[in-house]
Amino acid sequence: MQPLTRVEGRAIPLGLKNVDTDIIIPAKWLKTISREGLGAGAFEVLRAEPGNVFDDPAYKGAPILIAGDNYGCGSSREHAAWAMLDLGIRVVIAPSFSDIHSGNAVKNGILPVVLPQDAVDRLLEVAREGQTITVDLESQTVTTPYQDRFTFEIDPFRKHCLLNGLDEVGLTMARGEAIGSFEASRTAAQPWLMRGTEAA
Amino acid sequence: MASRPRTLYEKIWDAHVVETRDDGTALIYIDRHLVHEVTSPQAFEALKVAGRPVRRPELTLAVPDHNLPTTPRLDAAGKPVPIVDVESAAQLAALEVNAPAFGIRYIPATAKEQGIVHVVGPEQGFSLPGTTIVCGDSHTACHGGLGALAFGIGTSEVEHVLATQTLLLQQSRPMEVRVDGDIGPGISAKDLILHIIGRIGAAGGSGYVIEYRGAVFQRMTVEERLTVCNMSIEAGARAGLIAPDDITFAYLKGRPMAPKGAEWDAAVAYWRTLHTDEGAVFAKSVTINAADVEPSVTWGTSPEDVVAIGGRVPSPEDFADEAKRVAAQKSLDYMGLTPGMAMTDVSIENVFIGSCTNSRIEDLRAAAAILKGRRKADNVRWAIVVPGSGLVKAMAEEEGLDRIFTEAGFEWREPGCSACLGMNPDKVPPGERCASTSNRNFVGRQGPGARTHLVSPAMAAAAAVTGRLADVRALV
Ligand code: SF4
Repeated sequence: MQPLTRVEGRAIPLGLKNVDTDIIIPAKWLKTISREGLGAGAFEVLRAEPGNVFDDPAYKGAPILIAGDNYGCGSSREHAAWAMLDLGIRVVIAPSFSDIHSGNAVKNGILPVVLPQDAVDRLLEVAREGQTITVDLESQTVTTPYQDRFTFEIDPFRKHCLLNGLDEVGLTMARGEAIGSFEASRTAAQPWLMRGTEAA
Repeated sequence: MASRPRTLYEKIWDAHVVETRDDGTALIYIDRHLVHEVTSPQAFEALKVAGRPVRRPELTLAVPDHNLPTTPRLDAAGKPVPIVDVESAAQLAALEVNAPAFGIRYIPATAKEQGIVHVVGPEQGFSLPGTTIVCGDSHTACHGGLGALAFGIGTSEVEHVLATQTLLLQQSRPMEVRVDGDIGPGISAKDLILHIIGRIGAAGGSGYVIEYRGAVFQRMTVEERLTVCNMSIEAGARAGLIAPDDITFAYLKGRPMAPKGAEWDAAVAYWRTLHTDEGAVFAKSVTINAADVEPSVTWGTSPEDVVAIGGRVPSPEDFADEAKRVAAQKSLDYMGLTPGMAMTDVSIENVFIGSCTNSRIEDLRAAAAILKGRRKADNVRWAIVVPGSGLVKAMAEEEGLDRIFTEAGFEWREPGCSACLGMNPDKVPPGERCASTSNRNFVGRQGPGARTHLVSPAMAAAAAVTGRLADVRALV
């Protein structure tokens, strides 16, 4: 997982409420064998509409997405986070998120920023002008070239994971020594437990 | 820790705690990991992207099963038959590449050891008593029949186990299901577990790990115990287990990956300590009267929708709570059944004998015993037997069971998950009924619109012969 400290760039002004994970990535993309390449199916239904924000050259490659209430509701599919990441999105700003999806997002190095509706509306305006938005995780702020400055809350553990690029796997790997000594004592006391397929 | 009397589950849990966290979760060591083609590709990919190795490749075993067609795998020239479905082919090819790339033992589709993960693990002696076993498949509970703590996990957890050989877990509560006495002749382990699920409900085990206790389980063969534990998840439990004993040890001795020589003796000595202590406390306890168990069938679309074969299709009004009444009505509509109808009047067009619940040698023997010298009824359009592994298949052929099946009008297939789930070519057509030895009668599980009646292998054979759901005891 890529560490996330500061993201500066244009933002996709989606603004839509209740963007469910079926909208983020439709079910037909789930039989894939990869986490990558899902960007091709990301927001497929919305992108079928002419003049949609995702295909507007002004927002091409923008690392920030601004959405409405209840972002990421519906199915728990982790594919939604993979699809966003594949599009290059690292930050989503919305008034609220579904719990499961925001967990999946953080697990994959995407920062969900919760801001009040009026702040989100203001950022949508700035984004539509094609101006740069800056999200700084260390100071927990979102700023614009117009001197707007909004602060957001984030769980300290999630912040720590994002800043350092730690996913759950990475965190447990950091306990490698404890795991190693557990394994060593088993190998000594009950060696057959550690042979697995090598016993054959 | 050892002074307090503990349940079998607590003993296995305690033996695997690497460390405990402040929030009450524990880092639990995983002894055995089974991998198949459906839930592993993204896990392997994540490791690749992050440049992480598999921590203990020898503790993982990979085998394809879910997507594999059960038609012959080699053509007349001995070449592998290509898989038509592109996405299935891609998932299978990914496992074939990923496993060796990460140093994991891979059993190819054409090997005689290939089979359903939950059949292969015990058969190879890879699954052992007292171990923690995981797999990206909810029926991993199956291995509890050997006295292991076994449960299903998701793709992110598959990755976590590959990289760290551990999982962060919250301890479940121990639950006891006790069956003493004797179950009647002609009644199988499958009938018993269906009866149990019917009694405690599809959520009756939620938050628990079930230990099956009492004389009935102690007398069971390992195959029967695997059938019982397999369906623990259908009662909502994370896992189900049965204390290992001499029957377990006799089953495992000499299996390729089981301990050998002095290590075998040490292992058995340890395994003998794996039982619930006198005075240990279960958070929930259910006692089943063995005499109440009849050959069981399901009528609805939840595994808790169980009746005895002599029973009738229930009416939604029979249920006390409103949610269940609504669900029952929906089930009846989907299943095309009317309340009050005798279960033995339900006619059947398809019969499936297979799945990790009932595809071991004893299951095939039980079905063959009924089919011997008989033929499937004319209204039974499609009847297949899918052995759980190549080794089961070979053993059955040696015993001549394959001929009994084919003479009875069954197709004799290659090992795999087959019609247990609508993921490979073996599907039940919409609106048709199937007497199935699998474990889930969910809407669309055997194919869109398919209607599943869960039964034992002998009951599936009886349904094939009579063309209806039937009491096998009339045929013995
Ligand atoms: S047979 Fe069915 S339940 Fe068993 S592993 Fe295969 S798909 Fe899962």
